Amino acid sequence: MELQTTIYLVVGATFALYIGIALWARAGSTSEFYAAGGQVGPVMNGMAIGADWMSAASFISMAGLISNMGYGGGLFLMGWTGGYVLLAMLLAPYLRKFGKFTVPQFIGDRFYSKSASTVAVLCLLVASLTYIIGQMTGVGVAFSRFLGVSSSTGIYVGMGIVFVYAVFGGMKGITYTQVAQYCVLISAYIIPAIFISIQLTGNPIPQLGLGSSLVGHDVSLLDTLDKVVSDLGFANYTTSDAGGMLNMFVYTMSLMIGTAGLPHVIMRFFTVPTVAAARSSAGWALVFIGLLYTTAPAVAAMAKTNLLRTITPGVVMKGADPYAADSQLVYDERPDWMKRWEKTGLLKWEDKNGDGRIQYYNDKSKSDAFKAKAEAAGWKGNELTVNADIIVLANPEIALLPNWVIALVAAGGLAAALSTAAGLLMAISAAVSHDLIKNVFAPDISEKGELMAGKISMAVAIVIAGYLGLNPPGFAAGTVALAFGIAASSLFPAIMMGIFSKKMNKEGAICGMLAGLFVTLFYVFAAKGIFFIKGTEYLDLIGGPNSFFGITPEAFGAIGALVNFTVAFVVDKMTPEPPDHIQAMVESVRIPRGSGAVVGSH
Amino acid sequence: MEDSGKAYWSATLGLLTKILIVWFLVSFGAGILFAPALNSIHLGGYPLGFWFAQQGAMYVFIALIFYYKKKMGEIDRQFDVHEE
Repeated sequence: MELQTTIYLVVGATFALYIGIALWARAGSTSEFYAAGGQVGPVMNGMAIGADWMSAASFISMAGLISNMGYGGGLFLMGWTGGYVLLAMLLAPYLRKFGKFTVPQFIGDRFYSKSASTVAVLCLLVASLTYIIGQMTGVGVAFSRFLGVSSSTGIYVGMGIVFVYAVFGGMKGITYTQVAQYCVLISAYIIPAIFISIQLTGNPIPQLGLGSSLVGHDVSLLDTLDKVVSDLGFANYTTSDAGGMLNMFVYTMSLMIGTAGLPHVIMRFFTVPTVAAARSSAGWALVFIGLLYTTAPAVAAMAKTNLLRTITPGVVMKGADPYAADSQLVYDERPDWMKRWEKTGLLKWEDKNGDGRIQYYNDKSKSDAFKAKAEAAGWKGNELTVNADIIVLANPEIALLPNWVIALVAAGGLAAALSTAAGLLMAISAAVSHDLIKNVFAPDISEKGELMAGKISMAVAIVIAGYLGLNPPGFAAGTVALAFGIAASSLFPAIMMGIFSKKMNKEGAICGMLAGLFVTLFYVFAAKGIFFIKGTEYLDLIGGPNSFFGITPEAFGAIGALVNFTVAFVVDKMTPEPPDHIQAMVESVRIPRGSGAVVGSH
Repeated sequence: MEDSGKAYWSATLGLLTKILIVWFLVSFGAGILFAPALNSIHLGGYPLGFWFAQQGAMYVFIALIFYYKKKMGEIDRQFDVHEE
């Protein structure tokens, strides 16, 4: 069967499955709409969290980034999994015991103030919308690549599909839909990795294959990769860090506490029946996430190896001289997958030295020895540009795997992008209908009216995100990192202090959240433009790029969180203690006994 | 009751502290701060610092959550605050 036909078939079949489940599980009452009546078990809930969590950024782009960054890419792996340890121990069980639907409700009740809850809604909306813009862009790119339509059409199709199962299905639909999506995306990720691991190392387990020797050699894959990339002027694969040790440290911290503060992930812990189940849900979620995350470094290194094997034949496996002319691929003899990706513009070749062969190397290398060798070989600059985001999608093609595997990867990429978009929409919808409309503007709204308001806010969020996805404010990876920074600097400290500090008062929490949010946005907008509008950057004002100890904007959330904690504690010391009933409430939240069903409003 | 509540909370905080120390050591410690030093040791074909950053830390995280769940259950029962 033709490749394109197979892709249509597999993608079509998986979508029929998701929509079927959403319609089958159509929700009734408000309680079911938001939290599936508190009836989802820890293993299923863990899987749904996994699908929610693993977005286009994790599935499509992470391994590609690791492939380019080498060792430094580990910050995504540690950051996006280590956050679950914090979530499981510091937040999830207590929020479940507290027994409300949303994060702003917790903040509003704990800090006995509607202003606190409104500030939390603001933080939540900024973080979720930022995140979802990136997802919608990802949805558009994936659809356009695999259905052969323009990227705008891809976004419209994606908006329609997200709308159908988020608005009509509610979370119950989403929980089971997401279990299905998890199964699709994890097999789409692992099956090609197993194939490739066997091809390269003979070991069927990618996590072990990465630490094995290449087939027919007694040198390990990583050592070979280190040698080949160094020969081509790139940084050593297993030691190159991401912008220095300090930046890597702060970046990792930022992703960890951002993970624990992202509202759509926290919300999942309201849907388990007991406090004990909330604890194990986080564990199961990390098992299911870890399956993909521990495979990703193998995918990254093996894709890099295969790419180099294709472009510089003989160098990886036979130890040929990379500078000899016949070690470089003749452009006219390039494999079909390169031709296919050239059409998307994400893979480009330019014959700078006019020899008809592809030279792929780091022409910005600072090593004089390397520059001399490149010049002696007659190289006139790097000729091949490979966009990092195509690595995972092109990986099975590069390894010449069967068509059904390529089609499965396409379906997995779409599942990843859509499921996260849907989870974020739920968080936005709950924040607007519950925490803004019902609690602040129209307290006597009927249950039906509230449900309707939730659906309308979802539709509005889809349109805004779709519109911004059509006119992307920047690149998707940057916006996703910002979402983590915002969650890390605003929501995580407030929730944590709400549980672990009995004396923290509303003034402290509100000032802390606003300070953290403001500082982070200020530093990020300086580099990326105000609300990501190009031309409004103000880098001079903060003294140039990464002026704060060389920390990149993506890594700044951890600093914002530090500001949040500090401001909150200083303000707390200068203002009155919280009332006695609030302190008693904190004590009761800390013990599991008496965790009832989640209740709607107070 | 007041005293038992305090004891329960300090037992909980003690457990959290222990786990957070391990959490920090495997990721920020072995994966970042000491990674260059650990890379001279090899685990199969993996340099050890690289292994912690891209594999090991994640396995430890999973184990930590399940360890936490088990120990918390024991603490809950010891102080008689577990769910029915």
